[in-house]
Amino acid sequence: MPHSYPALSAEQKKELSDIALRIVAPGKGILAADESVGSMAKRLSQIGVENTEENRRLYRQVLFSADDRVKKCIGGVIFFHETLYQKDDNGVLFVRTIQDKGIVVGIKVDKGVVPLAGTDGETTTQGLDGLSERCAQYKKDGADFAKWRCVLKISERTPSALAILENANVLARYASICQQNGIVPIVEPEILPDGDHDLKRCQYVTEKVLAAVLKALSDHHVYLEGTLLKPNMVTPGHACPIKYSPEEIAMATVTALRRTVPPAIPGVTFLSGGQSEEEASLNLNAINQCPLPRPWALTFSYGRALQASALNTWRGQRDNAGAATEEFIKRAEVNGLAAQGKYEGSGEDGGAAAQSLYVANHAY
Amino acid sequence: MAYQFPALTSEQKKELSEIAQRIVANGKGILAADESVGTMGSRLQRIKVENTEENRRQFREILFTVDDSVSQSIGGVILFRETLYQKDSQGKLFRDILKEKGIVVGIKLDQGGAPLAGTNKETTIQGLDGLSERCAQYKKDGADFGKWRAVLKIDNQCPSHLAIQENANTLARYASICQQNGLVPIVEPEVIADGDHDMEHCQYVTEKVLAAVYKALNDHHVYLEGTLLKPNMVTAGHASTKKYTPEQVAMATVTALYRTVPAAVPGICFLSGGMSEEDATLNLNAINLCPLPKPWKLSFSYGRALQASALAAWGGKAANKKATQEAFMKRALANCQAAKGQYVHTGSSGAASTQSLFTACYTY
Repeated sequence: MPHSYPALSAEQKKELSDIALRIVAPGKGILAADESVGSMAKRLSQIGVENTEENRRLYRQVLFSADDRVKKCIGGVIFFHETLYQKDDNGVLFVRTIQDKGIVVGIKVDKGVVPLAGTDGETTTQGLDGLSERCAQYKKDGADFAKWRCVLKISERTPSALAILENANVLARYASICQQNGIVPIVEPEILPDGDHDLKRCQYVTEKVLAAVLKALSDHHVYLEGTLLKPNMVTPGHACPIKYSPEEIAMATVTALRRTVPPAIPGVTFLSGGQSEEEASLNLNAINQCPLPRPWALTFSYGRALQASALNTWRGQRDNAGAATEEFIKRAEVNGLAAQGKYEGSGEDGGAAAQSLYVANHAY
Repeated sequence: MAYQFPALTSEQKKELSEIAQRIVANGKGILAADESVGTMGSRLQRIKVENTEENRRQFREILFTVDDSVSQSIGGVILFRETLYQKDSQGKLFRDILKEKGIVVGIKLDQGGAPLAGTNKETTIQGLDGLSERCAQYKKDGADFGKWRAVLKIDNQCPSHLAIQENANTLARYASICQQNGLVPIVEPEVIADGDHDMEHCQYVTEKVLAAVYKALNDHHVYLEGTLLKPNMVTAGHASTKKYTPEQVAMATVTALYRTVPAAVPGICFLSGGMSEEDATLNLNAINLCPLPKPWKLSFSYGRALQASALAAWGGKAANKKATQEAFMKRALANCQAAKGQYVHTGSSGAASTQSLFTACYTY
């Protein structure tokens, strides 16, 4: 313990920190377009489109052909492996198109969840084998950040101490390996919203999980200034009968982060989970208006919450591509505003109604 | 793990967080006047004064009866047990004198070190037995915060994993018990400056120690908004031949803190260790001018660095009371300015001479 064997040189640290800051520059967030083949199957079947490589390519083309308007609100795009090597109709690599817009390219590197024996259906995430070599190759192929998703769930007996410890550890190993290869790791310890638990319970669990993740990152000598955190917002379970306002969600979320995330982390890029596009934007906006001091950027790394309308407009038809792209740009711009606390909502009551639901922070 | 059994009610949290904020408001810091009988012995011996209860009382009386304006620089005073029950020469309790000045009264709660067998002479701290009852009594008797000092050293094989874990755990137990009794715990994990290690090594160790402390506080359900941290600044060992500027000490210190201390902690009050009065002030000032994100108040909890000149001026003679008080007030004011980054060292040429020694943070 007492000896320090520096994991990274000053130059390596600078590179990582610069990449991270570029991704979460003010008003910018991440498009999570890294759905695996299996996940894309679900998305495409919902709009009656066959899950072929070509359809996946055409769909991503809809997103990546967005014009320069996305430059000011998208700082990074997460790719799935297949997509990193795909090209648009003109033969130009998607990676190239994205980079030319000044957007940082990222790559999903985990290999999915596997069961933890002896637990109540809990999992860890695999993908560490050969990860260093894969990262080195991805770096050559244009990726400057990566993403790895761990999953925890709230129920009677979960998340268990083992699930928390194991997932925190595997996230820290992944992060360490990424940094050795010049790649900024996005650390994603997602606590699913499945269940009927209330907001307080989610906050409590989120604090415990994040404390374990941060401790593991410290133990593994991960350079925090060159990482990004992708947590869930603190929300009630899907089946919870109590309704909460965006301000309450914001207060619970920011409180949990303030108690666990050191200021060295440059940005927190929330996942949208099962939230609708508008919910995800309103919540992000409320988070950025929360009166508690927030020393990190608080922005988005959204998949469904950026793509739902675009997907629904496209429906697999080339003729719909332009309109679908517009839907994506619209959500991107809205979330860019929300990341600065400047989104005024899609026309509901807004300020006054929200104000009255504010609860003082020592109740959290 | 999965369930939450709230450790504190909203009212308890509110009280604790308000006390903590009061102590560090507006550049205020803490006078650590909690020297044990033995430690006072060493201080008094230097000025050739006999270590009697009356002499200890007289010196503390001089400090506590300074002009009321001291409360603009001093937010809290830590007392040793004996002192909490001592009175001035008119029969007024010291704790009432301090409270009337608007200063929060604190009490040292640990009961000294005990060896950790099987280590290279490392220690843990005693004092948990009956701590809850003691805290309840101290609260009745006017204390609103507690202090507990854990000690770690940098040496061959030190600090060991055991020493870090054990001291972090006892600090967390102490903090939890304090809060149950309405006392704000000052958490002090001192990495002592003995040794010839360089500043980089101290930074590395400080980061590991603080990461462990905050994990333990989280595990023990301690309410961070109702705590204060009292760490060492990051410096080279006393016997190191390398010299560092206040700006370098500041950058290393704030880097270590921002990688480990969650934003929820309202204030960080540095210990002065063996630093001279002027160095303690200059370093604190540089820390407050450091350009990294600093979401907590950065202030002082000084013993020697507030009292050295005062002790020398006193020399055990009542006639020196005014000179003693002036010496103390001067340091109190200087440190309050430093806690706002506004201290102007009368001997220096100001900003210009310090600017060139700044080293970019990613080399830390």
